[in-house]
Amino acid sequence: MKVTIWGCRGSLPSPGPEKNKYGGNTSCVELLHNETCIILDGGSGIQRLGSAINANIKTIHILLTHLHLDHTMGLGFFLPLYNPNVTVHLWGPTGTNESLIKRLRRYFSPPLFPVRLNELPAHPIVHEINHSVFFIDDIKITSEFICHPGPTLGFRIECDNAILAYMPDHEPALGAANFPNDPGWTSGYKLAKDADILMHDAQYKNSEYATRVGWGHSSMADAIRFAEMCSVKKLLLFHHDPAHTDEQLEQLFEDNTKGKNIPFEVELCTENTFFNI
Amino acid sequence: MPNSQIEIILARQFADCLSIPVFIVDTNGNLLFYNEPAEALLGLRFGETGSMAVEEWSTVFKPTDENGQPLAPEKLPLVQTLGTQKPAHGSFWIDSLSSNEKHLLTVTSFPLMGRPNRFLGAVALFWKSN
Repeated sequence: MKVTIWGCRGSLPSPGPEKNKYGGNTSCVELLHNETCIILDGGSGIQRLGSAINANIKTIHILLTHLHLDHTMGLGFFLPLYNPNVTVHLWGPTGTNESLIKRLRRYFSPPLFPVRLNELPAHPIVHEINHSVFFIDDIKITSEFICHPGPTLGFRIECDNAILAYMPDHEPALGAANFPNDPGWTSGYKLAKDADILMHDAQYKNSEYATRVGWGHSSMADAIRFAEMCSVKKLLLFHHDPAHTDEQLEQLFEDNTKGKNIPFEVELCTENTFFNI
Repeated sequence: MPNSQIEIILARQFADCLSIPVFIVDTNGNLLFYNEPAEALLGLRFGETGSMAVEEWSTVFKPTDENGQPLAPEKLPLVQTLGTQKPAHGSFWIDSLSSNEKHLLTVTSFPLMGRPNRFLGAVALFWKSN
């Protein structure tokens, strides 16, 4: 499975020369396996992906963790949605009162966006998921609600004995008893357990997190603790704060990793990079 | 026992902050969590027992009527909530763990319904009545 990062910034697209290395586009990750194309989230990074996607791909599955704007704002600019020869499946979290399609229509309607969902050449096929296990071709996907305001899913994606866990917006320390020492009482544990790759929210410095508890995001230190608790093989720190420059991100990374005995690989996720698992 | 879902995790956090006894059970009645005030009712510490299977905790928590006769399970609000997925309310007596006195307790129980209408268990809140 080839994994390409099209956006790993959190909260708000934040381009600029001081962020060229790690990128300014919000959440979007492409998974390619044989003929199967799965896209995790529709943040601003999906716009470039839409222009670059293999023309032979006729079916695309977009898995939305949640509907906060930084995870959906690119959907209207995703060119395959305007190609009648491509079928797009949108998978996203069940809500309490409103259907997923009704909530998606809020974005696909004025004044937020000029084109309505039913004006697209081929209406995307919408799937509501919650605590679900399903297959897209031979890729197994497990979804569960995780700790973040509003209905928010984390994903565990299994293919050819490889496991990718994706939790770009997640605050496992909130509500967890004795974090990170009690896995059974920690949000997202089952999804991330023994993952080869975990992409996880690491938005804040410790000092920033102290004043933003309950906002749904993690400190980098907590992301590393969570990954260790879950025995992952590699952690990609994701959802970089829009105010953090490349230099600040690297300093934050150094503060949290240098001299520490971390028993797995850790990297800052970087836009426009790819890897195979 | 638990690989708890987020609704249960947050319910525990809520219970942990309260000064009244709280039980959190799963759909089968297994006691997933009890808070510090509830430890006095059970005579046990959660830190030592962790979660307990229904067969285990039902042997240490024995509500009675005012005459000291054991109550049928279906008379207990928590059991009613697990059966109906609706709130329930009622009173019963328990023996003091430290003296020969009996205490009248009132219990309010409510179901934990996660998105989308997933029945995850129930919460019981205890109000001391005497």
